[in-house]
Amino acid sequence: MKTLKYITLFAAISTSLLFVQCKDDDDNVITQETCTDGIMNGEETGVDCGGPDCQPCGLVLDFSGTYIQEDQMGRPGINTVFGTEGFKDAFNVTVPSQMQAAFQEKFETKLLGLNPAYTSNALGLDASTFTTVLSNDVLWLAQSGVTTYFNGTEILTGRALSDDVIDVSLLLIFGGPMGDQNPGLTSDGVPTNDAAFSNSFPYLAGPF
Amino acid sequence: MKKSKLFAVIGGIGLAVLSIFLISADHIDAPAVQGTTADITDFYAFQGQNTSNFVFIANVQGLLSPGQPTDEAVFDETVLLEFNIDYNNDLNEDLVIQAIKRGDSMYFFGPTAPAFSGEEGTKSTIATSTRRSVKISTRDDVQIAEQDGMKFFAGPREDPFFFDFNQYNAVLSGTASSFNNPGMDTFAGTNVLSVVVEFPKSMLPGGTTGVNQFAPSTPMYNVWVEAKRKQ
Repeated sequence: MKTLKYITLFAAISTSLLFVQCKDDDDNVITQETCTDGIMNGEETGVDCGGPDCQPCGLVLDFSGTYIQEDQMGRPGINTVFGTEGFKDAFNVTVPSQMQAAFQEKFETKLLGLNPAYTSNALGLDASTFTTVLSNDVLWLAQSGVTTYFNGTEILTGRALSDDVIDVSLLLIFGGPMGDQNPGLTSDGVPTNDAAFSNSFPYLAGPF
Repeated sequence: MKKSKLFAVIGGIGLAVLSIFLISADHIDAPAVQGTTADITDFYAFQGQNTSNFVFIANVQGLLSPGQPTDEAVFDETVLLEFNIDYNNDLNEDLVIQAIKRGDSMYFFGPTAPAFSGEEGTKSTIATSTRRSVKISTRDDVQIAEQDGMKFFAGPREDPFFFDFNQYNAVLSGTASSFNNPGMDTFAGTNVLSVVVEFPKSMLPGGTTGVNQFAPSTPMYNVWVEAKRKQ
């Protein structure tokens, strides 16, 4: 099989080089074996399969079919905090472009249920504006620069592992325009994770 | 306002919904997905150690106890995890990165334009044209794949979420009036199944400015994650 392939390859190359004064060397045709080059080479035990680097031979992978949404998440805690009135499942299967129309009013009702004294928050957002932002449940991710939910300076430019998203959420729901209202409700007193994160991939700590 | 009134209101809501209320950022967030293999517990998106890269993390199957429950937890081959990227701020996914388990590996596709988007975005087929994979890690065998400038990981990790959930429930139910300081991380010592993808920002078109009013000149992407089950 391998020999036949090389003969075919050699013939094709030889033909193309027929009028060129050049020595052919078919050892150079494949400079690096890969699992997708259509040839059994390297330590493969079949064409592009087997050996330490490629998928096992005979492994049939089926990726066909249609997949239907069951859960979704953009910002942390949105559905859990604001979706408590019988529409949590519906929220999870609603596309983002339709979320605001379907859920903003419900979110606002819930916000004012949690904090009836809500007027504005530390970001200067009134109840309608705040819940409009939140009802479009996508996470903003900055193309460049620091990516954080909130780090004291940058606001909603991503979500890093160490971000204390609960305190941010509590502060914005309960803290009022200056962040000083309901002081017992604006922080859960857990500022960091119980395991240290890594600066390098895959960033998460190993399992207990 | 008077705190007693606030807590009366919170308590009233809390008692009614305690069993399904906030357990984590998105852990068991709704009845239909609660405790299933499609239950997303958390989603993170940030700039990588290499600042030319983005990192997406999706965690599923939360609250795994250490030891045997974690070691026996497996990704579901019928559940597709899909990272969605909207770069022109119309809230429709323009590109997706898909991840699904087959055998001992997690397979990744994209970033690529999805077959269905917008109003049809709750439906997916897998774009098999750009297939990459990583062997699923175990506690003692950590596997990281690097292909085409991308990095991949799938396997058990410590749950990165931290929150005093028990005290929150106590406040909601009216048995406590505030959080404690320091509080107690209810998720300390528990694990999740994680999928981590790092990829060059250059794989995406530029984002859109004016999206985030707190950083109006910074181009933004809208990103989110979905769990979808094969029909």
